[in-house]
Amino acid sequence: MNATSAIRRPPAPPGAVRWIKKNLLSTWYNVLLTLVALIFVFFVSRGVLRWVFFTANWTPITSSLKLFAVGQFPPDQVWRVGTAVLLVSFFFGLSWRVWGGTVGTFALALAVGGAAVAVLPFELSSGVRLWGVANPLLVGVGYLVGRTSLGKPRWAALGWALSFGGTTALLTGVRGVSWLPRVETGLWGGLLLTFLLALVGIVASFPIGVLLALGRRSSLPVLKLFCTLFIEIVRGVPLVTILFMFSVILPLFLPEDVRVDRVLRAMMGMTLFAAAYMAENIRGGLQAIPSGQIEAAKAVGLNGLQTTVLIVLPQALRMVIPAIVGQFIALFMDTTLAVIVGLVELLQIGRAVIQSNPEWLMLDMEVYLFIGAVFWVFTYAMSYASQRLEQTLGVGRR
Amino acid sequence: MEVMEAIERGRTLATNLAPLRNMAKVKMSQDSRIHVLTHSGTPFWRDDRVLKAIAQTISAVVVVGFLIFFVGNVIRAANARGLGLGYGFLGQAAGMPLGESVIPYDPAKSYAYAFLVGILNTLKAALVGIVLTTLLGVIVALGRLSPNWLVSKIAAVYVEVIRNVPLLVQLFVWYFAVYQKLPPVKNSIQWPGPVYLSQRGLYLPAPVPNATFGAWAIFVGTAILLAGVLYTVLIRYQLETGRTTYPALTAGAVLLVLPVVGWFLVGERPLTTEIPVLDKFNFVGGLQLTPEYAALLSGLVVYTGAFIAEVVRAGILAVDRGQFEAARALGFSPMQVLRLVVVPQAMRVIIPPLISQYLNLTKNSSLAVAVGYPDLFYVGRTMTNQAGRAVPVFVMIMATYLVFSLVTSAIMNVYNRRIQLVER
Repeated sequence: MNATSAIRRPPAPPGAVRWIKKNLLSTWYNVLLTLVALIFVFFVSRGVLRWVFFTANWTPITSSLKLFAVGQFPPDQVWRVGTAVLLVSFFFGLSWRVWGGTVGTFALALAVGGAAVAVLPFELSSGVRLWGVANPLLVGVGYLVGRTSLGKPRWAALGWALSFGGTTALLTGVRGVSWLPRVETGLWGGLLLTFLLALVGIVASFPIGVLLALGRRSSLPVLKLFCTLFIEIVRGVPLVTILFMFSVILPLFLPEDVRVDRVLRAMMGMTLFAAAYMAENIRGGLQAIPSGQIEAAKAVGLNGLQTTVLIVLPQALRMVIPAIVGQFIALFMDTTLAVIVGLVELLQIGRAVIQSNPEWLMLDMEVYLFIGAVFWVFTYAMSYASQRLEQTLGVGRR
Repeated sequence: MEVMEAIERGRTLATNLAPLRNMAKVKMSQDSRIHVLTHSGTPFWRDDRVLKAIAQTISAVVVVGFLIFFVGNVIRAANARGLGLGYGFLGQAAGMPLGESVIPYDPAKSYAYAFLVGILNTLKAALVGIVLTTLLGVIVALGRLSPNWLVSKIAAVYVEVIRNVPLLVQLFVWYFAVYQKLPPVKNSIQWPGPVYLSQRGLYLPAPVPNATFGAWAIFVGTAILLAGVLYTVLIRYQLETGRTTYPALTAGAVLLVLPVVGWFLVGERPLTTEIPVLDKFNFVGGLQLTPEYAALLSGLVVYTGAFIAEVVRAGILAVDRGQFEAARALGFSPMQVLRLVVVPQAMRVIIPPLISQYLNLTKNSSLAVAVGYPDLFYVGRTMTNQAGRAVPVFVMIMATYLVFSLVTSAIMNVYNRRIQLVER
């Protein structure tokens, strides 16, 4: 004992040095690798920074912010889009208090995004800046309302359902209400359309996906066959073909007097496409339910429908929430494909902006990188939120 | 004594049981009668089998009804516009120019032939893309797993940036902002060696076979065959006797030596490299990649590479540390551990998602339409616009993509069955 305690460990080098030694310079080839990587990082970041701050010309973006945000939405009606977002912010604040967790992350993201708009260093109308300030305020108001007796899941769900009608009325207009004139869907554009396509796609595909998943696992061979065929065919072809089908062939499928406008057709295509993938996600959740649950439900005397609705689905859906968030992110990125059927979502706006001014014809890099950055910010924030969600639900740990 | 008593008691019990047994018999027969009664007595709206049959019939009627409704509308619309739904138009001249083709093509060829060109172009993009993206993905995955912090962070940034930006935006950047903004042919960028990059695309030296190529090909074929046979035989011998026979080394040597010997034996060089030379307006000779193809390929490779990197990383991380340590403890060298222990186990996790990434890449190649590369979807869309026969063309496009995914899932199923056999 004495002998060992007599041997003292040499004093450890300070933390930073030890870390560098261990993670960057452990062997001779690691030293070499670090050196090469350092040179690479240096040149790349120097090039990128120089380009971003000195070479690049960002005027096409700073002067068309409204186009990127809402497209051709009538300028005197843009307040309706702003109000719709404020409504959503309010309910996110409320839900933050009610459900907590990741909803809070989204609510915070909304608040921070609004505040960022308020302080953007570009020329913005005072109305837009006011909206930017109001956004975090409304999230806060929602949170405070959530602390009162209204802060119950029941009321929050009701609120969301009402807000769906509210936003639809705000965006499309209500017949006979003079201050809400009709806005054609063809005028929706930019980020607004991108979000609408993804949101409608994911929300509408949810019930269809649940039915398809149940159908695919059903014991009825005919039903099973139809659901499996639908899912596999849709998953086997690219989204472009589905969108193309809805834009070109759907009008042929319908009677001649039925007209569906272009945005709605794209939304239908997105929904159908998302439903097939949603069904597979949900099927994964259904398969993960131990059969003991179903047997126990039967033993308690529940019938088939009750077992499915009260026992199986709630557990299965809870399990697949992260997968659904992941699918929403994918769908959000897939909305860019609407360019191919001629919708003016974010990417198409970028194209139009470049072509709108002969001086900007060489500025593709700036515009497309900006659009890429916008997508990146949203998708990265969402995947971060979904990772947190996975942790709170403890999906991976059970 | 006690034993005898107990036996006696048991006997009386057994005799007393006889009436009980009879009762049970009666009960059973009654039960079966009751069963029969209840089954026929159940009202049909509660009978499970009837309900199921009804549900099936309803769903079938609904689906078939919708189909009839849609098809009826299509036929009506087609008749109203004077367009048949048949495939007769496939024999007509396509009359559409296509930017590039694997097989000789001109607009006088038929629609069917143009469609075939489209399929081949899709395959050209997909197959080359799969090879390149696998390379990129594996390198990035290894970088991300590297103990070197800086390297692993660079790889992580690549993955996180690329995965979170839509592929179409990336394709636009590649095509409109990179390949179209390259200098004109006159001042094309020259890379080390005769590789030229300009607005017209990428020009590489190409191998051109000479008259002696056939003779040399025989040498190469023999080498491959011989190496394969040697490898199997030596491996079997090593497994049976336990003596080291260096199968990989021997096969590799055969594979290298025979073609080299053949190269000099056949006389004239079997392959010459053709170097692109700047003519008046454009480069002549060599291998040319159009900017459309180059943009599509770059976009697909870089995008899918990020996903493949994650798949490979997950697969390697899925192998338990203990496996690595146990193999080291048995005296395997680090390379051997990787080759014989880690990779085979990781492959089992990696292959299924990898194949679905390959399928994704193939499906994503349909975005070629945005940059004007004449792939399957591009040709199909042009056919629709020109011939006006949306439905038949559309069925062809869908069917082709479905064949791609069916083949892929067939391969996956075979593979899954194989590894399952290994597992159990």
